[in-house]
Amino acid sequence: MTATRTPSDQSTSKPPRRPGDRIFASTARGAGILILVILAGVTAFLLYEALPALTAPAEEIPGDEGLVSYIAPLLFGTLLSATIALVVATPLAVAIALFITHYAPRRMALWLGYVVDLLAAIPSIVYGFWGITWLAPKLVPFYRWLEENLGFIPLFAGPTSATGRTMFTVGLVLAIMILPIISAISREVFLQVPTLHKEAALALGATRWEMIKMAVIPYGKSGIIGGSMLGLGRALGETMAVAIILSVSGGITFNLISSGNPSTIAANVALEFPESTGIDVNTLIASGLALFLITLGVNMLARWIVNRRADFSGAN
Amino acid sequence: MSVQTPPTPLSGAGAATPMQQRVEGTLPRWAPTAVFAGAAVAAALLSGFNIALFVIYTVVLGTLAVYVVSRVREGRRRAADRTVTSIVTSAFGIAMVPLVALIWEVVSRGAERLDAEFFTASLYGIIGEGGGAYHALMGTLIITGLTTLISVPIGLMTAIYLVEYAQGRLKRAITFFVDVMTGIPSIVAGLFAYALFVLIFGPGIRLGIMGAVALSVLMIPVVVRSAEEVLKLVPLELREASYALGVPKWRTITKVVIPTAIAGIGTGVTLAIARVIGETAPLLITVGITNATNFDPFDGRMATLPVYAYYQLTQPGVPPEFAIDRAWTAALLLIMLVMGLNVVARLISRFFAPKTGR
Repeated sequence: MTATRTPSDQSTSKPPRRPGDRIFASTARGAGILILVILAGVTAFLLYEALPALTAPAEEIPGDEGLVSYIAPLLFGTLLSATIALVVATPLAVAIALFITHYAPRRMALWLGYVVDLLAAIPSIVYGFWGITWLAPKLVPFYRWLEENLGFIPLFAGPTSATGRTMFTVGLVLAIMILPIISAISREVFLQVPTLHKEAALALGATRWEMIKMAVIPYGKSGIIGGSMLGLGRALGETMAVAIILSVSGGITFNLISSGNPSTIAANVALEFPESTGIDVNTLIASGLALFLITLGVNMLARWIVNRRADFSGAN
Repeated sequence: MSVQTPPTPLSGAGAATPMQQRVEGTLPRWAPTAVFAGAAVAAALLSGFNIALFVIYTVVLGTLAVYVVSRVREGRRRAADRTVTSIVTSAFGIAMVPLVALIWEVVSRGAERLDAEFFTASLYGIIGEGGGAYHALMGTLIITGLTTLISVPIGLMTAIYLVEYAQGRLKRAITFFVDVMTGIPSIVAGLFAYALFVLIFGPGIRLGIMGAVALSVLMIPVVVRSAEEVLKLVPLELREASYALGVPKWRTITKVVIPTAIAGIGTGVTLAIARVIGETAPLLITVGITNATNFDPFDGRMATLPVYAYYQLTQPGVPPEFAIDRAWTAALLLIMLVMGLNVVARLISRFFAPKTGR
């Protein structure tokens, strides 16, 4: 935030109001309010279409056991895959951001940033194609190794899926997809670290790592947290990659490398919706509403954390 | 502001000559690279050319070896520093593996059917060999065009409102909710469009325009954010000069502010199109799929490139290989569209940048 005066602060040089001015201003205002209306509309229409499923008797919901037990495994799958993605992606993304801001030669840094951003440009369905044909088969030997050596941990109990289309593979693909988001925001805050703080650390004889540990990480911490929560929001709602890669069967399980996995809410909607009619559609919309509320909560929290940081960055 | 300092604080900040680099007790500059090359060779032997294990072994072995060598020659603190350098550099390398592998895979598989028939034929009456994605390509262009027509006016006017007019709580609310809107999952946007149109047309409805509405929910916040950023960059002096000449505010905005920022707005809009053109999930549930060519977004199902690719891969029919080839070519086409739009965006910002003499 280098601009201290925004144009709207200017009340002294106001030109006279004319009809054209009033029309233009109210159109602009209307567009802004329309955004709020759309967001409210998303909630309202989803709620309205989800109502029949919310009020329907349990045996009419697919699975015959009511809405809660229909959504619970999906919700579990959504949270599990997003958690794996977050655990894998956050350290990697922070390291990449550090590499680009503090390790790479400065002239290359901009281009390396572009290259990482390319990961964000690839459509999610292409990740699905790549995940199922390239990544999943290549991970099978690794899963075998995990099962043999770490099988006592419930996460890797096996039996190993022969196709590699497991929760773990999905988590890794999601991690790749959210990597550019987290690293972009981390990069931004790392660049805001006051140069004086870094130079002070170096002048005291700190190595580069000690400088990063003392000056960069503490300053950028909330950016890292906010960025990874935005990544979490993206991972929770990711649809096509999961729908293509994950082999779905069975309910809630922590076993990450077997062929029986719970689906995720988004992937389940994409897989079931085209063939559904009647109350099934309302059920899917109800699950979508649950997903919407969760991502809304995560994103609002993330924005709040990131924006709180922005208030303080007047330091430089 | 990245501060480039050699990891050897004793040799001074930034001004180390080659002589000082070789001070007793420090490793030569090529040492970490050499150690990592050795680790890669060892990993290749150990892993039997399995790519996942190879990457893991290389990173672990290389980092360990760098730590040990540096610990012996340089002491604990510099060993830690070198270890982190290795980890951070390998992290970047690891991130490049999927990017390179993915592009290689899509290009090599998709190039097979990248022929004239793919661009001129639809799937109407096609079983097995041949056929193309003409109908899907046109569908994608029509729906993306409609999305742009809906999103750009709303997004641009909102950005103008935020930068030029808004104050106080409404401004904060809109800014915050635009941010929140960027995080809406694409499938939820699709469900919203379905829930909206089902009230008017009844259940089971599939229309091209529904897809455009769903994609607009995803595109508007991107347009707002990028337009807002560039409008803020227009110098206040330009506005003041215009006001001083007695020009009304709305003429100032349309004749001075927007022309100055047009390059940035163009870049932002292009990037926003690139963001939505590859979206699959919302189109899957609002537009559906068809094998025939349909140019009318207000009448029935349309084919779109991402949905086409999805169905060709997951429901290839018998024999499967022809449909799967078509799926990969469609995926390649999608990547080319997205990357092409990204390049166009950069070109716009380079060649149409304002000449304000700042």
